Amino acid sequence: MAEYLPLYVQAFWLTLRIGLVGIFGSILIGLIVAMVVHFKVPVLKQIAGAYVELFRNTPLLIQLFFMYFALPRMGVPITAEACGMLGLALLGGAYMAESFRSGLEAVESIQFESALALGMTRAQLMRHVVLPQAVTLSIQSFVANIIFLLKETSVFSAISLMDLMFVAKDLIGLYYKTTECLVLLVIFYLIMILPVSILGTYVERRLRHGSFGPAGA
Amino acid sequence: MAEGELHIEHLHKAYGDHVVLDDINLVVEPGEVVVVIGPSGCGKSTLLRCINGLEQIQGGRILLDGEVVDGASKDIAALRAKLGMVFQSYELFPHKTVLENVTLAPTVVQKRPKEEVEAEAMTLLERVGLADRAKDFPRQLSGGQKQRVAIARALAMKPEILLLDEITAALDPEMVHEVLDVILGLAREGKTMIIVTHEMGFARAVADRIIFIDEGAIVEEAAPADFFDHPQTERAQKFLRTFEYEK
Ligand SMILES: Nc1ncnc2c1ncn2[C@@H]1O[C@H](COP(=O)(O)OP(=O)(O)OP(=O)(O)O)[C@@H](O)[C@H]1O
Ligand SMILES: [Mg+2]
Repeated sequence: MAEYLPLYVQAFWLTLRIGLVGIFGSILIGLIVAMVVHFKVPVLKQIAGAYVELFRNTPLLIQLFFMYFALPRMGVPITAEACGMLGLALLGGAYMAESFRSGLEAVESIQFESALALGMTRAQLMRHVVLPQAVTLSIQSFVANIIFLLKETSVFSAISLMDLMFVAKDLIGLYYKTTECLVLLVIFYLIMILPVSILGTYVERRLRHGSFGPAGA
Repeated sequence: MAEGELHIEHLHKAYGDHVVLDDINLVVEPGEVVVVIGPSGCGKSTLLRCINGLEQIQGGRILLDGEVVDGASKDIAALRAKLGMVFQSYELFPHKTVLENVTLAPTVVQKRPKEEVEAEAMTLLERVGLADRAKDFPRQLSGGQKQRVAIARALAMKPEILLLDEITAALDPEMVHEVLDVILGLAREGKTMIIVTHEMGFARAVADRIIFIDEGAIVEEAAPADFFDHPQTERAQKFLRTFEYEK
């Protein structure tokens, strides 16, 4: 089994890299889309709504196929790795947007008004008052989304990325050591996701019971 | 026009067909304490919100230091910085400590150096009796303490006028005093204030002038002693009777 390890480790880093970039992108997209929807920005709001529905209601695998095979034909060259990152970011963006939007809705309107009354501009109050609270209020679904996205990385092999799943399938095909290869696959996914899970639970608890409880507590 | 001079001219405010404020005219001089009273729903909160540009107005104008207050204008933030406001419900920022609540706006809005702002904030917290709670979060404070922090937070911006909207209405009776004492102290120092309150004893003690509003219009305007001892209009008499109890 030990001889397969380097292959797994290499695939692990690739998967993790794509996962992290994708998640970071999904947070950015999610924040922007959530604000567009929450503040009902004309035109953009409809586009954002359509985006969220499209990506939440189609499988990642099909989204990836589309980007990987259809985009180059439409004259947009894209590598498999970039495709994985983009796919994850877009899928995650749709989920993160919903999570942040519900967080924004939970921030009481008096918070906006207090900040306005202190002379803050919209940008200042978003950055210092509203977003920090919205993120806190949406932390539970936020953590769940991150875990969900890390799990979704397992479909990357379909666009011939040499990720963990790809390595496992490859080794099984070559040596028929199905059980060992799958156990290793599970272990590497646990190594990737378990810390996030544990950290997430810890942060959730701290935010809920720790020094700064939820808004309006 | 002097600093902290507020002119309200023919203010008209309506939500759709529902007229909330009708032809309000009011001048507040620097150093003056104006107390606004009136029955529930008469438009007191709306008046303060209009002054702060939190509500769009449908007619008339509001001038602070000669500048038009317009909630839709891009300069509104600068004008709002000159007007401190404290609301009825405790609206501290729950994710910031007491000290951060007080220092946030001066550092972010006025871009003043952090050390200077913090030192001033501590002085303000001392004056409202909460310097020892600087590191605490709002949820660890009582309602009265939260309101005192809210006052300190508004004062940290060095506003020309302080707008207070029933700041003790949501408090337990034993906490009302500690908050009103702070306001009485500010009045003695000559802070310009517009105060909405249902505490008649406090209104009488703190006011230079009482404005009585009913159904969206100023019905009576007088010095506190005159208003409370000799209300001129029947509506004011009726309103004041609601605060009396039969023994
Ligand atoms: N956002 C709004 N939309 C529609 N009507 C509103 C809105 N806000 C206030 N009103 C109405 O405006 C009127 C005045 O409300 P306002 O809150 O100013 O009264 P108030 O004098 O402060 O009353 P209270 O003493 O109970 O606080 C009320 O009839 C109220 O229903
Ligand atoms: Mg009110």
